[in-house]
Amino acid sequence: MNDMTPNRDERVANLKGLGCKRKRVEDARFTQGKGNYVDDIKLPGMLFGDFVRSPYAHARIKSINAEAALALPGVIAVLTAKDLEPLGLHWMPTLAGDKQMVLADGKVLFQGQEVAFVVASDRYVAADAIELVEVEYDDLPVITDPFKALEDGATVLREDIADKKEGAHGPRRHPNHIFLWEEGDKAATEEVVSSADVVAEEMVYYHRTHPCPLETCGCVASMDKINGKLTLYGTFQAPHVVRTVASLLSGIDEHNIRVVSPDIGGGFGNKVGVYPGYVCSIVASIVTGKPVKWIEDRMDNLMATAFARDYWMQGKIAATKEGKITGLWCHVTADHGAFDACADPTKYPAGFFHICTGSYDIPVAYVGVDGVYTNKAPGGVAYRCSFRVTEAAYFIERMIEILAQKLGMDAAELRRINFIKKEQFPYHSALGWEYDSGDYHTAWDKALEAVDYKGLRREQAERLEAFKRGETRKLMGVGLTFFTEIVGAGPVKNCDILGMGMFDSCEIRIHPTGSAIARLGTISQGQGHATTFAQILASEIGISADKITVEEGDTDTAPYGLGTYGSRSTPVAGAATALAGRKIRAKAQMIAAYLLEVHDDDLEWDVDRFVVKGAPERFKTMAEIAYASYNQAIPGLEPGLEAVSYYDPPNMTYPFGAYICVMDVDVDTGVADIRQFYALDDCGTRINPMVIEGQVHGGLTEALAIAMGQEIAYDEMGNVKTGTLMDFFLPTAWETPNYVTDHTETPSPHHPIGAKGVGESPNVGGVPAFSNAVHDAFRAFGLKQSHMPHDHWRIWKTANSLGLHG
Amino acid sequence: MADKMHLKLTINGEQFETLCEPRELLIHVLRERFNITGPHIGCETSHCGACTVDLDGKSVKACTLFAAQAQGATITTVEGLASPEGMHVLQEMFREHHGLQCGYCTPGMITRAWRLLQENPDPTEEEVRFGMAGNLCRCTGYQNIIKAILAAAAIMNGRDAAADDAVKTPEEVA
Repeated sequence: MNDMTPNRDERVANLKGLGCKRKRVEDARFTQGKGNYVDDIKLPGMLFGDFVRSPYAHARIKSINAEAALALPGVIAVLTAKDLEPLGLHWMPTLAGDKQMVLADGKVLFQGQEVAFVVASDRYVAADAIELVEVEYDDLPVITDPFKALEDGATVLREDIADKKEGAHGPRRHPNHIFLWEEGDKAATEEVVSSADVVAEEMVYYHRTHPCPLETCGCVASMDKINGKLTLYGTFQAPHVVRTVASLLSGIDEHNIRVVSPDIGGGFGNKVGVYPGYVCSIVASIVTGKPVKWIEDRMDNLMATAFARDYWMQGKIAATKEGKITGLWCHVTADHGAFDACADPTKYPAGFFHICTGSYDIPVAYVGVDGVYTNKAPGGVAYRCSFRVTEAAYFIERMIEILAQKLGMDAAELRRINFIKKEQFPYHSALGWEYDSGDYHTAWDKALEAVDYKGLRREQAERLEAFKRGETRKLMGVGLTFFTEIVGAGPVKNCDILGMGMFDSCEIRIHPTGSAIARLGTISQGQGHATTFAQILASEIGISADKITVEEGDTDTAPYGLGTYGSRSTPVAGAATALAGRKIRAKAQMIAAYLLEVHDDDLEWDVDRFVVKGAPERFKTMAEIAYASYNQAIPGLEPGLEAVSYYDPPNMTYPFGAYICVMDVDVDTGVADIRQFYALDDCGTRINPMVIEGQVHGGLTEALAIAMGQEIAYDEMGNVKTGTLMDFFLPTAWETPNYVTDHTETPSPHHPIGAKGVGESPNVGGVPAFSNAVHDAFRAFGLKQSHMPHDHWRIWKTANSLGLHG
Repeated sequence: MADKMHLKLTINGEQFETLCEPRELLIHVLRERFNITGPHIGCETSHCGACTVDLDGKSVKACTLFAAQAQGATITTVEGLASPEGMHVLQEMFREHHGLQCGYCTPGMITRAWRLLQENPDPTEEEVRFGMAGNLCRCTGYQNIIKAILAAAAIMNGRDAAADDAVKTPEEVA
């Protein structure tokens, strides 16, 4: 080495690898308006599709007359179910083992349902034409309440399967029943509950909401009839799965389908499913021979694609007098809407809801989930959440608070005495999961100390006294949450989507001059994969992240993967990236040994090079090795330096965190002022702390929205009351607080770099933190449960029902 | 369908003209006729601000303005902010402070912030939050957007942004 050689620390810094707050490579194009989103795509001769949607939530279709629409200049076609039927495409399979109408087949089952697809020369003509399609309806009784749907004699919604006694997930006991899914030991749990010192029982409702990414869903389908090749651009969180589904549905060989996810303007689960718009666009392109674009407007988006939650969770939590939890019982009535289109791994119709024992060592538990049809939009997607984990976290974190109230205990202490202890990991939960690693007590103590928890409780007690004396009309609430997530789906042995195992992949090519390209089976929707996956790789192969291009989303070039949702990118594709990097390094070691004329074992890896043990002046850098791999004939080795890894995770990962929200609640106006929010996250090894912090801020703001005002609400006729951003709450900069973020770091023992994933933690943990703060403000007045969202009106009603308005 | 009108606009310093229907929305004319695709469509009801452009010195939402209403206007979009010397300081600060994730709201956000800092060159955090409340972001939670705008203001006012408390994280201030 000479004086010009950077020292080791400098070489590590140059990599911009793991742990670096690397600035994002995506930002240059996004900040200058040069992103490429699906609606930016324009192809020669492109047509535009739009839907005629049902104004009724439940009605029979008597007739559809498209004559006037077809007479409008610029209208090319109007597709209905009758046109799709000969192709077998008027219905399509859902991800949950059900089937869904692509276009209304004889009846409609929810407001906003797709009835006809108009294809026109531009979006204005299409919008004019949908108004000219005359549809005659005979309205039918509407069911929006899942409990009423299961009553004897209730109107049968799904006549197509009315007589089917067996569904995709077992027996159906009513025509509007989809499944009963159970886990745990029911008899033992009921025995514990019936004989316990204390049992807290409550119905906890997690209302229907919507992921509502700022960019709606859309696609451009382009059938090249000469070459027989279909290209489909779209907002797909799982482009490879879309390709496979498109092939199975259309009969086009999979190699003749190219699916491209361009830049995606946020997904949050909304863009996992396959929607009628995609199917109709493909059909329209095949029929017309021209590219067809379909883009949802916001009302379409909120009314028709991918709601989330809508879980009625009846819970019983049993404990000793001292507060040691002895059992947990839960029954969920899950409103799935008109078709079961939940996006869950096949085996799990209630997703990973059975993580609902949370962070606590609960010896026995039972959960049963009844899926039910209603006249609402289909969906049940994981809105920034890993398959119903947020419902589970909300349920257990409410039940803990309700139990603390019943025991007269401090809720922080109740959590502490029931946490799974550090030495119990790997921990086997009563509902069948193996938690990989955790140190809950350390995280909890750090969080409580950071906010001066005891001080907050003193202040709260003083405030309460002042309130009772009539000196203030604001109550103070301290919302606690300790959550455990389950992400990184998942092991192929028990996780698949439509039969595709939930592995993921990375392929790396090292270029002769020492830079590289990596392609993955995932797709960023804002997470910054091009930045962070390059960091993982930089630390593995000793090439600066600045010299590694990361590419995703083009199924013609990327290796097969299951996409990005459920916080799975880092746990699964991140692992594949690290392992593909290690394959590169293994071959590089052989090349270096040849160049240095030593045995492979005489070399050791040092940041960005292989060094001869005991002779630090003799080394080959990765750049030198890369060049040699292309220009030297090395005996026994193929030229080039490439690797691919398909990673089947051995287990899920279990990130966790402690969130504390402090708010002042005005009992007269119902306004809740969030004055402090502290978020401690443990996501294992931290790849880019800047990106992690950004994910936490964003997820917490989504949680704020959900807990405090956002919902998809229906009236009794099944009309959507929240179809625009006028009614559907998205917080602005004005009502969003500043967050304080913090962390502990407990690596996953089974992940190659110990990373667990973080994107969804803040949504999962944030919702109960906000909601618990509202409840806590009213705890002294005996409030047990008031359903979300806690908008001003509902908080006012709560205060009123507790007699606080005099 | 109404007769088409002859629309003339100055956009980012260049002259544009086209024949369009009077009912066409400004956002569609920009995006589809002129290929200016920085401004996006997020809601069609003026709520989200993804379509924000600067029109004759004011921030406007191009999704709810007829192109006819913009006849003869001078428009700046996010594409017009950078100069031959490089990115605008706001663009640099959004990157520096991680003020964007999916990037969909970013063009509208930055275009609005650009006008805000002309209306109020040295705003407080509260003034920035109020002034940006017409632009929704689903990814960032705004904290880093606010930080980026305050940092840009500090730099534009000749201060060292890194020394500005408003730009630090709460942990850094502590």
